[in-house]
Amino acid sequence: MSTTDHALRPAPQIIAHEVTRPRETKKWVDWVTTTDHKKIGIMYMILTFVFFILGGIEALLMRVQLSVPNNTLVTPEKYNQLLTLHGTTMIFLFVVPVMAGFGNYFLPLMIGARDMAFPRLNALSFWLLLFGGIVFYATIFFQPPEAGWWSYPPLSSALYSPSGGQDAWIFLIHITGISSLVGAINFYATIVNMRAPGMSWGRLPLFVWSILVYAILLIIALPVVAAAVTMLLTDRHFGTHFFDPTNHGSPVLWQHLFWFFGHPEVYIMILPGFGMISEIIPVFSRKPIFGYKAIAAATAVIAFLAVLVWGHHLFASPIPVVVLGFFMLSSFLIGVPTGVKIFNWIATLWRGSLVMTTSLYFAIGFIAIFTIGGITGIFLAVFPVDWQLNDTYFVVAHFHYVLMGGAVFTVFAGIYYWFPKITGRMLNERLGKTSFWVMFIGFNVTFFVMHALGLSGMPRRIYTYQPGLGWSTYNLISTIGSFILGFGILLTIINVVRSLKHGAIAGPDPWKGNTLEWFTTSPPPVNNFDTIPRVRSVEPMRDIRRQVERETGVRQKTGGSEQFARV
Amino acid sequence: MTRRRRSRTVALAVGATLIGTLILAPSAFANFITPKTGGSPNADQIDALYKIILYIAAVVFVIVEGALAYSVYKFRAKKNPVAAQIHGNTRLEIGWTVAAALILVVLTVVTFVKLPSIINAPNSDADGLVLSASTTEPNPPSGHKYVICVQGRQYIWRYTYGAGCVNSAFADKLPYSYTTMYVPAHTTVVLKIQSTDVIHSWWIPSLGGKVDAVPGYTTYTWFKTAKTNARYRGQCAQLCGVNHAAMIAFVQTLTPANFQSWLKYQENAINTANDQVSQLRQVLTSSGNLGNS
Repeated sequence: MSTTDHALRPAPQIIAHEVTRPRETKKWVDWVTTTDHKKIGIMYMILTFVFFILGGIEALLMRVQLSVPNNTLVTPEKYNQLLTLHGTTMIFLFVVPVMAGFGNYFLPLMIGARDMAFPRLNALSFWLLLFGGIVFYATIFFQPPEAGWWSYPPLSSALYSPSGGQDAWIFLIHITGISSLVGAINFYATIVNMRAPGMSWGRLPLFVWSILVYAILLIIALPVVAAAVTMLLTDRHFGTHFFDPTNHGSPVLWQHLFWFFGHPEVYIMILPGFGMISEIIPVFSRKPIFGYKAIAAATAVIAFLAVLVWGHHLFASPIPVVVLGFFMLSSFLIGVPTGVKIFNWIATLWRGSLVMTTSLYFAIGFIAIFTIGGITGIFLAVFPVDWQLNDTYFVVAHFHYVLMGGAVFTVFAGIYYWFPKITGRMLNERLGKTSFWVMFIGFNVTFFVMHALGLSGMPRRIYTYQPGLGWSTYNLISTIGSFILGFGILLTIINVVRSLKHGAIAGPDPWKGNTLEWFTTSPPPVNNFDTIPRVRSVEPMRDIRRQVERETGVRQKTGGSEQFARV
Repeated sequence: MTRRRRSRTVALAVGATLIGTLILAPSAFANFITPKTGGSPNADQIDALYKIILYIAAVVFVIVEGALAYSVYKFRAKKNPVAAQIHGNTRLEIGWTVAAALILVVLTVVTFVKLPSIINAPNSDADGLVLSASTTEPNPPSGHKYVICVQGRQYIWRYTYGAGCVNSAFADKLPYSYTTMYVPAHTTVVLKIQSTDVIHSWWIPSLGGKVDAVPGYTTYTWFKTAKTNARYRGQCAQLCGVNHAAMIAFVQTLTPANFQSWLKYQENAINTANDQVSQLRQVLTSSGNLGNS
């Protein structure tokens, strides 16, 4: 089962030719001026990975600071800056836009379109993201923000955070917010209008469903946070008192507005990951997705409930108990469609014929990790229990299980799955599997003990702690784990860089995929497809393979792993 | 063959690492999987509720992860070369949706059954008013409670002792202390929590859940300690600025008699110091050394 064999298998009929244009400009000018969704998608992925690495370095610095009690490596001020940078980077500059990157590249291909609906708007989204990131990261040369990624006033007010770093944070929200918003409108318009003939809503790939819901949630949630940060800005500079308790404003108002955005944001971050998993698992199980309609419906139900659960971030705030009860129940409810998805994925694996590729490793690792995050979420939804757990390392553990599982492991599954399509070359499977195991072990060592830290009373966001509180051992274990995790991520980065030049040639359809992106060459030409096939099911490529079989008499194997060895 | 053996070895290594993590963490092992308890009934009740959820969660965890592990083990292409082409099973899907919902119904019922014992100060009857832990002042019907105002400020906790601590602390010359709160044991202590600057969060894990101190609001909680001469530690749980980590709080329990004498002592000490300061000010003012325009 060596990787070189993938390329040699007979592919179904390819109908796509490179449209070439005489080169008039330099290569970098091509990239800067491009409106091609694939180039924009690649730029998105590279840029967000740069931010991912920056955010990871910030996380490692924090872990080193916390490895032993009374550590003085980082000053308290720097530590607060690090935690703010880490949270903001990972959310606004990595997870949300990396999903936009995958969406940009694969959504038009999966629905059989030649580009996004508004290619120039698409370029605008990317460049706004870059400028938002620059505005934010420029603060490290001045004074980075220190009030955390949710920036609760009065701490984030001009009185307690006078530096311009807080304003840079506000502008980051505005600029990346506009970037995501125009991107979301673009996705929505593309999905609604540009699907291949025959691709009804019931035949839409599940990744596209998830991007559709991602776009709708962004359109609902982003204007709210845009309004909130504008109010914060005017509070800071123009004498308004929206959040100022000394002038009849309310800090709790900010909490409501911010989390009305902040919780849908969580689903904005993980739903596209869910979509990737719903594509990858059936391909490598050699089996149709179990309960297509249920998964698509669950995605929509999650989106609906996502805007009704923000209050569970405010369980310790001054709010009447009946309201807490409501938010507990709504948070419980959102567990049902999420659980349904997990059951459906496992049912898809069940009685399948699993081809154990690295991509599937990451997908299965995601399910294992995300299940733990989902279960701890139930603890946190019970508000009396949350009074003990809120704002402790238990919460830190919970949302890393959810978000690193739901976003990072899914994105890595996506990288191993789609890298051959993007570059035309395979990633090294052996290095990939090593990377998976190192990441999986490192992840659990880092974050599992954090549950115990929270239960033994360690609050989040403290820059150091005293010895003798029972926290030292856990913190040391966690720090060691974080370096293992970092090393695992590094292995995949090495794999990507190496395979760009040395990877085996992939061919158009190395995995026997189900969706239309595998119909064209790898990498796809500028126009994606010469002819767009008529879609007759959720798995158009299966249909096409079957058709080729009928017409040519050459059997297109769709069985187990033996096909990888077959020429 | 070797490949399969290798992946099994790796799986074993994962298990060993996780178990090793558990074993190599002897400090505070009691708090490894449950919240802190033993200080106050509300903390104990939260712990009891937590454990019920933990048992249900453990069962769900084993079933889901077990099914996942089994399918990965059993349905590899080498063992199962032909995949069953199943598109779904409506009955099964409705079944597990209902099952998930039922678990949550059970959790809801358990939570609301446990809730009164967590938010109501003791001595209140079962048919008593259900009080919020956060917006309404807890009030045991017997009226035997002791009120302390907790004031969060960057980066220290200040405690004012006595019922008038919100409105008439100055007029009544109420005693106060910083960082360490002294409380009478066996007494329902009601805390009125406020902040003078940014948002803080009051949390002594052994004495119950946390309550935010939000400027412009007064929030409430209570605890009732059983042990005398016990000392409980906690610290601010909401990021409040540069020295957030230094905002530590202790609660020291005393016998009610010792508490009374501590209160007297503290009151005298504060009054003496105040008198000395005003005398000094008078001397300096009359001698012209204190700018008095």
